[in-house]
Amino acid sequence: MARSERESVANDTPADPTPGGGTLAVSPPARRPRRRGIGWRARLEIAVMTGPTMLVFVFFVIFPVAVAAYYGFFSWQGYGPATDFVGLNNYKLIFEDGTFIDALLHNAVIVVLSLAIQGPVAILLALLLNRKIRGQTLIRVLVFIPYVISEVVVGTGWSLMLQSEGAVNSLLVHIGLGWLRNDWLSDPDLAIWTLTAILTWKYIGFAVILFLAALQGIPEELTEAAAIDGASYWQIQRRITLPLLGPTIRIWAFLSMIGALQLFDLVYIIWGQYIAATAGTSTMATYMVANGRIAGEYGYGNAVAVVLFCISMAAALIYQRFVLRRDTEGAITGGRS
Amino acid sequence: MATTAIGSGRVTRARRRLAWGSPSVYFVALLLIGAMLAPVVYIIIGGFRTNAQITTDPAGWPSPWQLGNYLGVLRGDVFWREVANSTIVALSTTAGVVTLGLMTSFILARYRFKGRGAMFALFAAGLMFPLTVAITPLYIVVKTIGLMNTLPGVILPQIGFAIPTTIIILVPFLRAIPDEIQEASAIDGCSRLGFFWRMVLPLSMPGVITVAILTFITSWNSYLLPLFILNRESTFTLPLGVQAFASQYSVDTAKVLAFTSLSMIPALVFFSLFQRRIVGGLTGAVKG
Repeated sequence: MARSERESVANDTPADPTPGGGTLAVSPPARRPRRRGIGWRARLEIAVMTGPTMLVFVFFVIFPVAVAAYYGFFSWQGYGPATDFVGLNNYKLIFEDGTFIDALLHNAVIVVLSLAIQGPVAILLALLLNRKIRGQTLIRVLVFIPYVISEVVVGTGWSLMLQSEGAVNSLLVHIGLGWLRNDWLSDPDLAIWTLTAILTWKYIGFAVILFLAALQGIPEELTEAAAIDGASYWQIQRRITLPLLGPTIRIWAFLSMIGALQLFDLVYIIWGQYIAATAGTSTMATYMVANGRIAGEYGYGNAVAVVLFCISMAAALIYQRFVLRRDTEGAITGGRS
Repeated sequence: MATTAIGSGRVTRARRRLAWGSPSVYFVALLLIGAMLAPVVYIIIGGFRTNAQITTDPAGWPSPWQLGNYLGVLRGDVFWREVANSTIVALSTTAGVVTLGLMTSFILARYRFKGRGAMFALFAAGLMFPLTVAITPLYIVVKTIGLMNTLPGVILPQIGFAIPTTIIILVPFLRAIPDEIQEASAIDGCSRLGFFWRMVLPLSMPGVITVAILTFITSWNSYLLPLFILNRESTFTLPLGVQAFASQYSVDTAKVLAFTSLSMIPALVFFSLFQRRIVGGLTGAVKG
């Protein structure tokens, strides 16, 4: 959930009416009266009201990221001062390590599969649920349930069901599809698909809810007018609904992409720290934990964190530059002000 | 509904489409719900079976139904201790985030001062630092200030990481409160802070509730941070507890399923009580 707003803001900041702050003295007189100046009292209020927040935020969010960048240059085991400066060696090691490259590729596959599967399916489901049917609210709630359940519950449940002697294989035998029995979790050719299926199950509700909300914001007059002009149902969806859904789809894709790059919980819970690499489901984040904290190489782990951050940041910037640019006016930010 | 009032040709077309589409729409909706719920139902039902039943037929129905697994979990103190830890963490995180977020958002929304834009940009940049990236250094920071294996060691960083989202949701809310209300209360002798307490708090309640629910559920489900900070079993939150339980009783599948189902009840209850707000808040936040 936290990830859902990350983006809207990144887009929104430029739209903030006073980006530079401190416009006090030059404010036109027509503005709010209290802008004439701030006395010591207002300063005190500002300090008291924002001070604690800034403290917590800077100390637990900004500072650790800076610390990561610093320790990334050291070979450091987590205690005592870091003295063994190794320069860029950690970074060199990361990109020479086949296991990391594998993890990076797994992340890439997961990003592509998540977008390619969840997107179209969620759009179709949202279109379907957007028709006037009874129990729409109930359906919305039920579709959203996997999203609300914790990753640990999902991971534990699915790993029990997908064991070779688990419920899924047993069910397949029962309904006469015994030849489909598989080692869903440990077969290296299959595991990443299993992971994608679980991710789809867990996160598609989020996409459906977003798209459904956007669909319900489309004025009925548009589709009605097209229907009068003789457009078929699918023509209407393709020519009118989908383009209007565009901004929401692009934002969802952004959130989904960042989420997939940072994927950790489900993989770590289902496959554990060692099996993930052999089953072909390791991600950059599980690599970071396995080779950083668990191996006791904190300097190296921090370097991996920096790499993960830079890759996510680069992906985010590229996406914003080329895909989201057209949305930054209007659709996303329009509702805010 | 709206169509009936307008031209009749349109009505028949709309009706025909609906009448034709309906059964298949319901069918697909049913399939969808089945697929979404089946695993959850499996976990819950599985808790009512014995291990022998699960081994002989992993996908079967309980016969007879066993309450023993659930009662066993509920009678032990491990589950309740973890519920208590999770509750303390989630409530403190939520209270902290709402308090700090609301105060800061109020300042950012309604005061003008040098550095306001910079402060806003700083929080916005915070959205680009997900917990996953910061976890290793965060662990070092928490360890350095001696909060390892304590609940505040989880609560404080969680507050920090929830603040950007909160501010982004709340600032527009507070900005939308008309100036006239503030001027009127000023004329009535209300100070700026009095205005905050008497007017802003009640008026921003919808936004606050959305933020609170999001924070609570995120905290209730959070795994990575407790995994790093809480190594002592007495401090485990539910997600860690479920995982520890699953590896400790890995042969006792039925008991694991019972434990797992019980652990998801609070989030599910909370969600169904407030689903309208959550769904509204999420979509609102993304759409702006």
